[in-house]
This record gives sequence, structure tokens and C-alpha cells, in this order.
Amino acid sequence: MEIRIPELALVVLVGASGSGKSTFARTHFKPTEVLSSDYCRGLVSDDENDQSATKDAFEVLHFIASKRLRAGKLTVVDATNVQAEARKPLIALARQHHCLPVALVLDMPERLCRERNAARADRAFGEHVIRNQASQLRKSIRGLEREGFRHVHVFRSPEELEGLTIRREPLWNDKKAEKGPFDIIGDIHGCLTETLELLALLGYDVSLRDGHYAVSHPQGRKVVFVGDLVDRGPDSPGVVRLVSDVVRSGTGYCVAGNHDVKLSRALRGRDVKISHGLAESLEQLKGESEEFRRFTAEFLDQLVSHYVFDDGKLVVAHAGLREEMHGRGSGAVRQFALYGETTGETDEYGLPVRYNWAADYRGKAMVVYGHTPVPEAEWLNNTICLDTGCVFGGKLTALRYPERELVSVPARKMYYELIRPLRPAVPAILTAQQAHEELLDLEDVFGKRIVDTRLYRSITIREENAAAALEVMSRFAANPKWLIYLPPTMSPSETSARPGLLEHPEEALGYYAKNGVQAVVCEEKHMGSRAVVVICRDEDAARTRFGVAGEGRGIVYTRTGRRFFANDALQSELLDRIGRALDAAQFWERFDTSWFCLDCEVMPWSVKAEDLLRVQYAPTGTAARTALAAASELLRNAAARNLDVEDIAKSFAERSELVQRYVTAYRHYCWPVNSVADIKVAPFHLLATEGRTYFDQTHRWHMETLGDLARHDPECLVATPVRIVDVADANAVQGLFAWWEALTGSGGEGIVVKPMDFIPRGPRGLLQPAIKSRGPEYLRIIYGPEYSRPELLERLRERGLSTKRSMALREFALGVEGLERFVQREPLRRVRECVFGVLAMESEPVDPRL
Amino acid sequence: MLLTISTTTQPATDLGFLLHKNPARVHRFEQSFGRATVFYPEATAERCTVCLLVDVDPVGLVRRRSGPAGEDGQLAQYVNDRPYVASSFLSVALSDVFGTAMAGRSKDRPELAATAIPLEVSIPVLPSRGGEMLIRELFEPLGYAVRAERLPLDEAFPGWGESRYFSVTLSGTLRLQQLLNHLYVLIPVLDDEKHYWVGDDEVEKLLRRGADWLPTHPAKEQIARRYLKHRKSLARAALERLTPSEAEADDARVAGKPAAREDALEAPLRLNEQRIAKVVEVVLEVGAQSVLDLGCGEGKLLRELLRQRQLERIVGVDVSLRALEIAEERLELDRLAPAIRNKLTLLHGSLMYRDRRLQGFDAATLIEVVEHLDAPRLRAFERVVFENARPATVILTTPNAEYNAKFSSLPAGQFRHPDHRFEWTRAEFERWAGDVATRFGYEVRFTPVGEVDAVLGPPTQMAIFRVR
Repeated sequence: MEIRIPELALVVLVGASGSGKSTFARTHFKPTEVLSSDYCRGLVSDDENDQSATKDAFEVLHFIASKRLRAGKLTVVDATNVQAEARKPLIALARQHHCLPVALVLDMPERLCRERNAARADRAFGEHVIRNQASQLRKSIRGLEREGFRHVHVFRSPEELEGLTIRREPLWNDKKAEKGPFDIIGDIHGCLTETLELLALLGYDVSLRDGHYAVSHPQGRKVVFVGDLVDRGPDSPGVVRLVSDVVRSGTGYCVAGNHDVKLSRALRGRDVKISHGLAESLEQLKGESEEFRRFTAEFLDQLVSHYVFDDGKLVVAHAGLREEMHGRGSGAVRQFALYGETTGETDEYGLPVRYNWAADYRGKAMVVYGHTPVPEAEWLNNTICLDTGCVFGGKLTALRYPERELVSVPARKMYYELIRPLRPAVPAILTAQQAHEELLDLEDVFGKRIVDTRLYRSITIREENAAAALEVMSRFAANPKWLIYLPPTMSPSETSARPGLLEHPEEALGYYAKNGVQAVVCEEKHMGSRAVVVICRDEDAARTRFGVAGEGRGIVYTRTGRRFFANDALQSELLDRIGRALDAAQFWERFDTSWFCLDCEVMPWSVKAEDLLRVQYAPTGTAARTALAAASELLRNAAARNLDVEDIAKSFAERSELVQRYVTAYRHYCWPVNSVADIKVAPFHLLATEGRTYFDQTHRWHMETLGDLARHDPECLVATPVRIVDVADANAVQGLFAWWEALTGSGGEGIVVKPMDFIPRGPRGLLQPAIKSRGPEYLRIIYGPEYSRPELLERLRERGLSTKRSMALREFALGVEGLERFVQREPLRRVRECVFGVLAMESEPVDPRL
Repeated sequence: MLLTISTTTQPATDLGFLLHKNPARVHRFEQSFGRATVFYPEATAERCTVCLLVDVDPVGLVRRRSGPAGEDGQLAQYVNDRPYVASSFLSVALSDVFGTAMAGRSKDRPELAATAIPLEVSIPVLPSRGGEMLIRELFEPLGYAVRAERLPLDEAFPGWGESRYFSVTLSGTLRLQQLLNHLYVLIPVLDDEKHYWVGDDEVEKLLRRGADWLPTHPAKEQIARRYLKHRKSLARAALERLTPSEAEADDARVAGKPAAREDALEAPLRLNEQRIAKVVEVVLEVGAQSVLDLGCGEGKLLRELLRQRQLERIVGVDVSLRALEIAEERLELDRLAPAIRNKLTLLHGSLMYRDRRLQGFDAATLIEVVEHLDAPRLRAFERVVFENARPATVILTTPNAEYNAKFSSLPAGQFRHPDHRFEWTRAEFERWAGDVATRFGYEVRFTPVGEVDAVLGPPTQMAIFRVR
């Protein structure tokens, strides 16, 4: 014998003690699928028969069952379950997780149960127990379906169990193997003409022969209808004919809409209220044959309420579907798919206010739906409503999947009047996604997170780091809509072995050579502050693309997401200046974009670091110079008295010299900023423009492209001096070293060595995207004025780079990920997750001097 | 870092006997943090000068650090002023190198040690948080003539202003022992920083070094507070033992970090107490049983709310985890009965994000919070509070900018707290609050907190929003 149960079910075994439930479960299910009450009793009390542990044991059992069902795993409950009050919580559990409850009843002869129990040493309870259980069981059998079990199978003898097979069937909504490509069509409501037009526009061949449609697509595409085929419009019977032919021929699918269900009920003589255009359908069907009416009723009645396609990546349901309901089957799922949810309130037109489930949606599957007429189909959190109100004079819209393209045809006329106007009185200035993202949800950024990156691997953000990022973001960051990218930290080269030096380009080149990189791009490292510039063509572009209104055409922000300039006027002057260079270089046209995201260094250092200079660098300088000068003078006096202070005096004279060099070093990077003319910007990465990033371009390209831009305003924009070096060419390498010495000797910070490819890979995976080699004078600002004293320098040579390098890779991967997501128009929270990640990483304790 | 001590007592070279350091030699001492050298740049019968030169190992300072990180973590930086300025390192070296003299003993010149003699101290780089005024307030009552010259931050960038360092000369007639003890205590007090953790034994040190002069010093509270690194309980213990009758000094005067300008300004008005009392009064008046304290900080309001029987559920929310940790500590939750303790929850959260946990409360308090938010992000904040959390009552306080004119120590145009992003006048506040109320369906009324100035209004303004 074979019985069938749904693939995802809560299977409740019902049977007296000794009826063979555990053996049955072992035979037909995986050990991990079976939750036994005896076993749970043992878990909590060390004794499987300790009846006093029953309550706790069932709590454990229900808890595990609920975790399994949430994860979509079939679960079998092995307990006597002979009493209704034992089964009730299980049915509730199945409903809660939108799974079907199944009862398998082992109604075995009492004698058999008694014998089996007698044979077991641990089942020493009296015969009356089994008698009671058997009688409770028999009383239960008839009511099981009424209790809520969707499938009930009763077995009355051991013989019936012999040769039994249990077949698990996928749910009707499971079309995961069907991968499309699809054309998903919104609410039709009897608009046959527009539907045929749309199908033709989508490239389908449609013919009508003998009252039946034949529909096919040369590329084998399939149609999916989101339901509400009927009511209100001019030809509901025609639409049913078309759609049923498509479905029957296998070239398409249709989910049920609330109107379809209601019409079917009306046709089958149920008592339904004739409203919302049902009258038109019934009137039109009067002209059809009785047979067609019966067919229509049946066809509409058997429509499934939602489908899951393409390995779970696409879900179609008439009114949408929450993530936990995807692929599940229960009354609640059908209810939701047909009607959605309302808030319980009514609007000014007396219509129920629909709860916007899509705003809360965070699932990976794309959800395509209809039901609520909207002026334009708009994406929100990877969901889209295709009901563009054709019957109300709007248009009929289709979504091409997986292309995500919208195709629509306008309605020939307004067939039916909408109570609430389709277009809002005030046109929205932001898209649905942007409006939704005006306010983000704490749950989207809080706590431990794992971010999947395309470049590296999944990156774990620890909870305490996420908390630190939240604090920084909330208290100091610029409007988060601007923050689409944060640059990664950069590791220095390995410590140099050369005397008197901590860093030298040799080690940076060595790193890349060792990892198989041939050509490196060596860029002068400007000593300013890292800044990301987001600049739009105008304020309008800022609003449409970034959803930021009233904050100008762009922003300059720091590597921790703060506004670079406290002074708004200065920022907007600088942006305009960069904007004019972009105009002159015809970059808007060349890159076909309304915005740019540039990675830059902004100088002077003092413009951003003035606080640091005032509380740390300058005080140390003035204190050191004064103290060392005073000490030197006292030591001279002591020497004049013939005291033996020669060694100390000499050391202090040297130290005075070092401190003076330290002051010279930091002064080099400071100049007063009175206007935008005093600011210099050195862009070195063209990160992204509309629709694309430039991580696939070499650093040579980035340097050339941005050098091109800089030519159009050399006063403000700095073309970074650069050398491209073949690491195997000894002459070129020596030339680079000489260049580095000249740069750092004249006050330069040093150089950054980058592999030719923006995203470099070596034999062991992703390589450092860049390595800096800083000059000895500059390092006084990092390691202290006197660090070059030999006794100090030797101790400073010990520095661990591994944490810094691992962090640089993870931040690089997160930065790239965030920007890729942004250009692909993913929801802001998905972009924010990456930006938050970089910020969180930065709260890790790492030697800040590296 | 260095200092010199000179005397013109006759013969001046007796200074060597007082310090137990022969002027004819150079004396070197190893210290845990570096090296100290004592030598005499001048030693004549007329005038004798000793120099204590301390070398702090700058790499060891960072790498072998076991003490606190210092204000803004500056002690953890290689670039820092410690090797060059007079600080607690110098105090440690003083007591180590001149310990006998500090105890008032001299083997060869015991009478001289017990005699007041003309002494002059010169410190080329002395940091003072409190400027020249504080140097004078600390040393002049002890009988010194003070000369102080402030060092510029960098003469090449006059716009950066002046440093907190002074080249200082102190002269007076007193015992060498007294002078050394004054310096030992007052150098770190001026610097307001210590390179080691301050524990209970620090109270003993203060009492020993200050026994014969601190109890009568007019700035004794400030000295005790700064010397003990603003640890309130330690400072109180020290004061109690110095002058038992004055120990009841107002908590508010002992509290607070140097950066807490707002506290210092408002403390004399007892404004915080008044604000909290007023908020509690309104919470009770509107009949709230559940309260959300948004931006609860270190929990001053939560403490009062916990005392109200009417309240059944109290939730404190702050964006700073550190503040929440302090709140948890200060409220001494583990000492409360479970029934009381369970009323309170502390949540880490942000007013920039929609947060389900904030829904379903009778009242929310926002005490001195809104002015810490960037103006462009107020819209998100308004939606989080008034649209999403949507408590029946919102009580919000913020400084009244007009009243700032009454704070003589606050330069015009500056805010009461460095983190304030704005401070509103009464008209600005009422406009904002009125607009919020209209947009989100609340009604709002305003009430003053603190003594109302006839022209400038109250120091703090409060808005009470009730949902319509």
C-alpha cells in the first residue's frame, strides 16, 4: 500500500502505548525527523519513563518542532497523542509555520499492545492504562479532520503496515524546477484586447482556432499571470479562455486572485455580494454556454494561490507574500496571497487601508504581485506590484524575468471608475524605495552580521563592533543616503631592514613580486585626508538617484562617513569647481551618468586635522622645542663648570635637531584655508557612475582618466605623479627607489604601490589592494619626533602587520560589495550593511600607526 | 622634562647638603619609565641651582604601557607631550631622587632644612588646564611670587592660538621640604592627568604630602579632585579626612570631568535636579505607567523614575554602550529587589533608526537630547519618535539659547556643550515643536525649567506633546 503526505508536514503519530509507533517512525522517517516524547523525557530527566517530567519533555519537543518547521523540515511527533488536548498544540504549531498537519493513526488491537508492553521491562504500568488510551483513541478518530488534520490515515492491524510506503509529494505551489524565463503580467480584469497587445509586444505568437488560443514564444518564454483575470472589464470570459488555454498548454501559469475566487463561488451558487465589477462578469458569462460557465468555475477554483519558481528565487502571488509563507501551504497563506493584510483602518474613501507588507520584506526571493492599483510599477525591497490599473484607464504591465524589465501597454479606455484616484494629488518626489529608506530599521544594522561579498567570502561583523558603528553612524555620520562607499584601511610595507629606515618601497614591490604580480602602479602618496566625493550633475540628479533633497548636488565625506567640511558653503563651492572640471572634460557624456563617486585625498592635511594638530602635534612640538632648548642651555652651563655632562649634552643637541625636523615635517602639510582656492583635491580612483563600477579597470586607467580630468582645473585638481614599474626590471626598480628618495627627501609622505589590476589575485587568493611606503621624515608624525634615534628605531622595527592586512582585505571586499550593490540598485539597507561593516571593522583595536 | 631649583641663601651651595646631592658631581638614577639626572648648572656661594632632568622613554611609554590611556587616549600615542613637560612622571622622580629632602631631613644641615630660605623654581614647560589663573590660584596662597609665560602652539601658525604650556618661575621664602611637596602635588594637579591608575593609596599620598598646607588651601577641593583623577568617592574620602566639617560639600561640585562644561555652567543653578524633578512630575501627572527614557545617558533620570510606584515599566535607551554600562553600575541594579529591578530595561539603540522595541509606551522622555543631533537628521529622529514609537506623551527638554547670555564664563556664540549641534531660542524651539506636533497628530504645550529671567526666559525649555 502507498500513502501520500505533503513534503513539508507535521506528522502526528497517534496510537496507544505498545502500538508500534517508534518502530513505524524508524521504518519510514529519518532519525532526525522523529521527535519522541520518551526521548525528550530522557533529555530532561535521565529517565524516559519519568511521568513527572512529561510537561518539560513536551516543552522541549514543541520547541524543537517549531525550529524544524520554521526551517521547512518535515517533522514527526512520536507520542501517544490519543487525547485532543495533546494534539491541539501540535495543530497550532503546524498552522503557525504554515505547514500541513498529518495524522497517522495506529489503531492496533489492544491485546497486541498489552503483549508488547509486557515484553518490555521499563513499561510496568497497569493494563488499564492501555485500555484507556485505546478508548480515547477510538473516540478521537472521527474528529481528527475537524480538529484540523488535512490528511488522516488509520492503520488497524500490523498486516496493513506491511509493505507500506509513504510518498512525499511536493506542494502544488512548488515550481522550483521551472526556471523561465518568464513574462509576468499584472491584473487584467477582463481587458482582453490589452492582454493580447501586451503578449504581442512581448514577442508571443498568439492564434485563435476553434475557440481555443495557441500561445507560444520563439525563445520558449513562459507567461505568469498574477491573478484577477476577471470582473469590471469588457471581456472576462475571453480572458478566462485565453489564460486557461495558456495554462493547459503548459506555456504559462496563473495564480488565483480574490476576484477569480469570488466569481468562481458565485458561479457555483454560493451566496456572495454582487459588487466590485462581479455583475459585469456574470452578465458577460450569460452569453456563454452552460458548459463554459462550469468550466470557468472549475478553472478559477483550482488556481493555486502562489507559485515558487526558479529554485526559490521568484515568488508570484496575487497580493504578495511574506517570506515565511513562501512555498508553504495553509489557510493563512492562501488568505494572505489572495487578500493581503489590512491595518484595520479605512481611508478617506472608506476603503480598507492595506498594510504595506513589502516595506518589512527582507527575503532573498523576488516577489511579484498585483492586487493594489498603483500608477507605476515600482521596486520595493525586491518586490514589485504589477497592477497598473489597466481596467481603470491605466496600463497593463508585464515584468520580464530575470531581466527585471518592465513592458506595458496603455489601456484603450477607462472601463471602470476607481473610487480612489490612481494618481496621487501631489506627485511623489522620491521613488517608493527611496521613500521607504527615509528611515531605516535598526534590525537591518544591529547585532552580529554576516555579509556575503562577491570578492572575498562572507565577512562576519562582530556584535560589539556593529554597536560601535551604530554609535558613530548615529552621532557623527552624514546623511546615510550619501554613504555608498567607505575606503578600506591600507597596510604599510613590511618593515625595512635598511639602516635608519622603517619603510622602503623594496618590501612593497617584494610583496607583489612574490605573489605573481608583474606590473605595479606607484603613486605619490599625498599627505592630506582621505575623502570620498559624491557629485551629481545637479540637485535634481541628487534627488532622483540618491533620494537626498535640499542638501545640494553632492557631498565630500571622510573615511568614517563624516562630512569633510563643517562649512557647507565651502563644500558646495568645491563641488561646483569639481563639477565644472567634469563639464569641461565632458565626463558626464563620456560616462553617460548623472553622478560620480571619486576616491580622493584632500589637502591640506590641516583643513581636516586642525583639531589633531592643535591638541596633539603642535603642542608636542612646542613643548619639545622649549624643553630641549632649556635643557641644552643648562647642560652648557654645567659643562662650563667642568661637570661630566658631555654625553648628555650631545644627545640633547641631537634631540633638539630631531624635534625641529618633526615640526618641519608637519608644517609641510599645513597651510591656512581661507577659501576654496586654498584646497587641493587629488582624485585617484573613479569608483562608480550610474549603473557601473570601475573595479574592472586597471590602476593605469584610473590614473590616466583622472589625470585627464585634473588637466581641466590644475589649480584645484591634482594629477597624481605616478610610475608604472615592472617588478622584474632592475633598472626600473632602482629608478623607483631614487624617485621615492627624492619625494620623501623633499617633504613628501611617500608612495602607494598598487598592483596593475584593481582587484588583484595571487596564488592564495585576494591580494592587498595597495601598500604604502612612507618616508622617514613623515614617520616622525606617526612614531614620534625622535623615533629615528637608533635605540628607539630598533625597537620599533617589531610590528605585526597580519591583523592590519586581514582587515584591509575585508574592508576592501566590503567597500566593493557596497558599491556594486548600489549601482545595481539594491535596497539601501544592503548597501548600508557594507558601509556599516567597514566602520565596524575600524573599531577593532589595531595599531593605529600602521 | 625638567625643573630647576635655585637658592640665594648663604652659602648657596648648602643646597647640595639639603638635597643630599653633591654639586660637584652629576647624579644619574634609573627610573621605571626612563632616566633621571641631577646636576648643578651653577653652584657659587651666592647662588646655587640644581636641575632635575627626566628622560621618559617614548617607545616604552606606548609599548610597555600599563597605566590609563589618558584624556583622548593621548598616552597611547607616540606623538605626545609626556617626554617634554612637567607631569606626574616628574612628581615620581622628585620623590624618588629627593625623598630625604621631601621628608624634611638633612644629615649635615638639619637646622637649615627646618629654616625658610629664599627659593626659586623654574619649570620651562608646565602644562596647565586652567591657564595662568589656576597656576596663580594654586601657588600664590602658598606664598609664592608667580611669573608665567604662555607658549604659542606654533609661531608659524598664529591662527592655531596658544598652548596650555607655561614657562613658570615661582619664588618664595620657605623650607625646601615644603617646596618639594607643593611641587609634588600641584604639578599633576595643573596637568590634570596621571600616568598611572589612581587607587586608594593615592589618598594617603595626598594626605601625607599635603598635611601641613592643604587643609587651609582655598582651592583644596579642586586640588583633591584633580589629584585623585576626578574619582568622586576618593575625592570625598580625602576631603573628609582633611577637613571633616566641610565634607558635606555639594556632590555637584565634586562631580564632572574637565570637559563637562555644561555641568560646570549649570551646576550652580541646580538645573539638572530641577529638570529631573519637573520631568518626573509630568510623567506622573499624565498617568503614565510605562516610560521610555530616550538618550538616558548614565541614568540620572532613570534613578528617579525607578522610585515612582506608579511606573511599571521603564526602559532606558542610549546610543553609547559606555553610557549604558555606567548607568548599570550607578543604578546598582543587582542590589535592588527583583520586583523593582525587573521594571527596568536598558537598551542600546539609536534615534536614527526605526526600532520596534520602542513601541507601546505611555510616555517618552528626551532630556537634553535633541541638541546633540545634526539638524539635517532631525527628520529621521522625528519619525522614529513621533511616528514609529508613538508614545501617548513625549516630554522633551533642550537648552534655551537666549539664557546663555547669563553665563559669564561662556563666550558669546558658543554652545553649552562641545557636542551640541545647535541651541534653540524659545521661538525656534516652539516653531519646531509646533510643526512636529501638527505633522504627527500631537498637541504641544511649553513650560519653563529653572529660574525664569524676565527677558531671557528660563535656562531650560520643555515641550510636552500629547497624542491627539
